[in-house]
Amino acid sequence: MISKKFLVFFTFIIISILNINYSYALEPDVFVQSTVNRASEALNNKYSKKEKIDKLKVIASEAVDINGIGFYTLGAYRKNISDDQIKQYNILFKKYFLKSFASRLAEYSNPEIEVVSKKKLNKNYTMVNSILVGTEQRPEVKIDWRIYTKNPKSPLIRDLIIEGLSLARTQKEEFASIIQSNDGDINALFETLKEFIK
Amino acid sequence: MKKLLITSLISFMLTSIVSADTDGENNLSKVDSKPVKDCFENINRATFKFNKSLDLAIFEPVAKLYRTLPSPVRVGTSNVLDNLSNLVTIPNNILQGDFKKAGENTVRLVVNTTVGVVGIFDMAESFGLTDYEKEDYGQTFGAMGVGEGCYLVLPILGPSTVRDTAGSLVNLLGGDAWYNVSVKNDTKHFDDTDYYSTRAGTGVDFRAKNIDSLENLEKNSMDFYASVRSLYLQDRQQKIANSNSVTETQNDSAWEEIEAQ
Repeated sequence: MISKKFLVFFTFIIISILNINYSYALEPDVFVQSTVNRASEALNNKYSKKEKIDKLKVIASEAVDINGIGFYTLGAYRKNISDDQIKQYNILFKKYFLKSFASRLAEYSNPEIEVVSKKKLNKNYTMVNSILVGTEQRPEVKIDWRIYTKNPKSPLIRDLIIEGLSLARTQKEEFASIIQSNDGDINALFETLKEFIK
Repeated sequence: MKKLLITSLISFMLTSIVSADTDGENNLSKVDSKPVKDCFENINRATFKFNKSLDLAIFEPVAKLYRTLPSPVRVGTSNVLDNLSNLVTIPNNILQGDFKKAGENTVRLVVNTTVGVVGIFDMAESFGLTDYEKEDYGQTFGAMGVGEGCYLVLPILGPSTVRDTAGSLVNLLGGDAWYNVSVKNDTKHFDDTDYYSTRAGTGVDFRAKNIDSLENLEKNSMDFYASVRSLYLQDRQQKIANSNSVTETQNDSAWEEIEAQ
């Protein structure tokens, strides 16, 4: 009798935990749309350029997996660097990313982005497809978002693919080019990053 | 003689590409794991610098001036140039075995050239022919499995690859009907100026549409040359794949790799 009661109680606890997990999972498309809405608000013309940049930096810090992108961007070089170099790189990359990301986006005003679909690639990644609505000045642009969903409660952006062109891949090839031009010396990349974020 | 020279050059280039891609792989979804083949980087960088100066002195100011024209004029010009590009797109649709697209683009060309007044108005759109995708001989070579070969920066023309340059040369060998009637043969209706004006027009139209994005890219790049090279190569891979689904052209393995570390 006791064991039956215990079984019912145990089942109740398990179901409750599952429900809690389910209710807190954030769907990648909902996450993208809410991030985009936050960015659109930040790009409202009522703000100065500096205010826009500051707001965008906050959004990027919360919604983008900057460390993950930094790691991907290092490509094959990540396998040969020391822990100290990784620490130094993470700090530099974060500063570089936020500066570059915010100043790229700050040029736009009131962009209207509509999420249209999503495709789960595997447990770690979902691709969310969206459209930057066209205006008289520019045509409609397709933007796809690679969302890192390892923690479903807290999805993060890992790449933006604009009309089929991956920003993370472009970044990775740019970094590789800098390192290669300096005979494979990763310190040259660090120096270039320092120069950029000055 | 000229024909023979061009044929030999194309054959040489295609042979070089095949030798360069001895692994025989042309799996687009894995393509970003391969390093970029920039065999002539020093020359390419010098040409890139030259093109940038030329752009600063001529193309950018012209593109900015072009952007001040009323929107209907720019849209009309862009439509005429797109309509003309059907003359290269249609034979490439056929070579790639896409007969449905070849048929659609032929209807598009006829309708826009006649009812649309030499292509100024995109009347084919009202017939349901909305999505037009340009094709060229470089894409056809790619679709046939020819590797891109080394990356090249051509004077004035900009980024290319050995395969795409070979593809462009096919235009001069009779692959572009517009070139044939304006430059190659004396039809008395068109001459060289018509052909080269449309080529220059295409360049200015492209530059005008991308002024802001290129300016933004240059401002935020630490190595602008490498960024342009990456974007060009990705764009070509996307176009050769003819896929609207981005998941088919992106490589997941590099992303999965960082999970394992």
